Amino acid sequence: MNRATVATPNRGVRRHTGLRAYGYLAPAAVLFTLFLALPIVYALYLSLRTVKVKGLGLGRGARTEVWAGLSNYRHALVGDPDFLGSVGRVALYGLVLVPTMLGLALLFALLLDARGARARGFSRVSIFLPYAVPAVIASLLWGFLYLPRVSPFLYVAGRLGWPQPDVLSQQWVTFAIANIGLWGGVGFNMIVIYTALKAIPSELYEAARLDGASEAAIAWRIKVPVVAPSLILTFLFSMIATLQVFAEPMTLRPLTNTISSTWSPLMKVYRDAFTRNDIYSAAATSVVIALATFVLSFGFLRLVQRRAFSQENS
Amino acid sequence: MRLHSGIRIGAVLAASALLVTACSGGGGSAGGSTAGSTGGSTAAGGKVDLTFWTWAPGMDAIVAKWNAENPNIQVTVNKQDGGDPAVTKLLTAIKAGSGAPDVMQTEYQKIPTLVSSDALADISGDLPKDLKSHYSDGTWQAVTLGGDQVYGVPQDSGPMEFYYRTDIFQQYGLTVPKTWDEYAQVAAKLHAADPTKYLGTFSATDAGWFTGLAQQAGASWWGVDGTAWSVNIDSAATQKVAKYWGDLVEQGVIDNKPMYTPEWNAALNDGTQAGWVSAIWAPGVLQGNAADTKGKWAMAPLPQWNAGDNATGNWGGSASSVTSQSKHKAEAAKFIAWMNSSQEGVDILAKQGGLYPADLPGQSEALSAPPAFFPQQTDFYKTAADIAKSVKPFTYGPNVNVAFSSYNDAFGKATQAKSSAAFVAAVKTMQDATVADLKNGGFTVKQ
Repeated sequence: MNRATVATPNRGVRRHTGLRAYGYLAPAAVLFTLFLALPIVYALYLSLRTVKVKGLGLGRGARTEVWAGLSNYRHALVGDPDFLGSVGRVALYGLVLVPTMLGLALLFALLLDARGARARGFSRVSIFLPYAVPAVIASLLWGFLYLPRVSPFLYVAGRLGWPQPDVLSQQWVTFAIANIGLWGGVGFNMIVIYTALKAIPSELYEAARLDGASEAAIAWRIKVPVVAPSLILTFLFSMIATLQVFAEPMTLRPLTNTISSTWSPLMKVYRDAFTRNDIYSAAATSVVIALATFVLSFGFLRLVQRRAFSQENS
Repeated sequence: MRLHSGIRIGAVLAASALLVTACSGGGGSAGGSTAGSTGGSTAAGGKVDLTFWTWAPGMDAIVAKWNAENPNIQVTVNKQDGGDPAVTKLLTAIKAGSGAPDVMQTEYQKIPTLVSSDALADISGDLPKDLKSHYSDGTWQAVTLGGDQVYGVPQDSGPMEFYYRTDIFQQYGLTVPKTWDEYAQVAAKLHAADPTKYLGTFSATDAGWFTGLAQQAGASWWGVDGTAWSVNIDSAATQKVAKYWGDLVEQGVIDNKPMYTPEWNAALNDGTQAGWVSAIWAPGVLQGNAADTKGKWAMAPLPQWNAGDNATGNWGGSASSVTSQSKHKAEAAKFIAWMNSSQEGVDILAKQGGLYPADLPGQSEALSAPPAFFPQQTDFYKTAADIAKSVKPFTYGPNVNVAFSSYNDAFGKATQAKSSAAFVAAVKTMQDATVADLKNGGFTVKQ
């Protein structure tokens, strides 16, 4: 076939480079298999299993692992109101958090990029710094600020005769958790957008200014459309992170009655696996969350891709 | 919300899943089967090394003493974060087939769960025959589950008492409540006199606390009937306790915030929380969390449901167990028997660990002086010993974890709603969740 016609004296060399390519690929492939592919396959396997107990379940051999078919999935999706409840809470959380976070990130990036902005390096670092604080530490920190008796904010508010709202109460707790995410997330997203802004060639601005465009007009008409791909990227990251919110509500939970052990989908997975010692249904719920994340991410990308990236492709 | 936190958790989950895969291949049979129940394994090498997972204070001191006296059985302490994480780690190691310690601190309510996962060894053959006589029947039942097997040696217990601020009681002319009716009156009187002050709080994050109160009222949430489990959480006794606290929360005379928060510590320290329904280990907690109040607290028996009754429940307390993976079960059993039932061991438990030893013969010598935080109550441990005898029997089941996490969520909602009816409904929620979980796992459940 074809191969015969291409046969040339350097065929041996080519096969050699092929082997070498596999050699280069090996470390990544091994790590990918060991730390990503295998655990996923194992999670899929676990999600189809369950444990059955004989009698009192005490003593050796009283527990056996058996096939469960799709019953873990049925239970996660239909049988358990906790899961759907957690999805609802996280949807609200995302609705509050993502637009606010990306809006602020874009605003800060534009301000830093504006002509005549002062102390750029300092501002950039101070907005970015919260991102470097681990989520657990950030949540503990904010937890102290939220609790009425130990919060300096509420102390000052009380002294001034202002109302002292209990931010961990039922109606505010979603905002309290979103606020921690906002504090930590704005800086990261700002840097991504800011970097994209820096890549815009200055000729565009000069041309705009010659045409009499104001700074605001330049920002709205040139900068925002050009950084749209970055906005899409940050939106995607934020959406995925929203679905996986865990550390903040988990850390705040012991401080209040209003955060249940299944507040977010991942908290439910954690409770099933490590509190209820049922890794099988936890695996099924994880698979459902992973699938939902894939569908939402790729759905979103398909939706916006043509519009946002059309300039680059044409 | 943070991208890297999501990634990190994903990585942890993936890594732990991997750990389980990697190890489960050859596991199972490795656990325990090689370890003979006789003490013969020392003969060959002479020296045996034991690992000990614990989070109780003073364990370093007790192990140092043992190691000095027993050069052939050397114990290494491995500090754990606390009951729940340690159990999770142990169960993971059991499933993986290796990695479990020889000796493990086990909270009483966790023992059925651990036995049901085949994590603990039956050491009845390796213990002194008279050991049973060292413990109250209730405590001994917790480590035997009512059978002939012995899954641990009791270390400390947590009989519940009522703690109150003597200075605040004096200031407002309050008397120490002897019954729960009086407790409600005192709570109302204090809160009326100073609306910022409460006699206590209902904590939806402390399931063990509520369990102890239900135990005092006569509840026993699980039971064994032949080869079937019964679940009696939604019993008249538990409902009575739930309704009582629900009424107090609904009236607003006690607080509804969880215990063990920075907020609660501040409230204990500044007198906003003027009382605490707690257990024998409370002085240590008060010392750590409310250091300014030294000498201002006193301990009294728990208020009773009927005047003249004499009953209490347990909140906390642990045994020491030998795991099924230990290759030196006899030596490990020897160590835990010495630690928890010899006068030498019990002295260190009480004096350096601040624990309330479960060992009855050793108690009186070990607990001669009152806790440092209660210097004025010289008969503290004499009173405590009388109270400890009145602990009601209680049986834990194999899914305490499910019942407790259901408590957190159901009572979390009820305390937030401040509705007495919701408190009673929460008990039903716990019952349903616990029964459903047992049935789902294939246990035989008697209705």
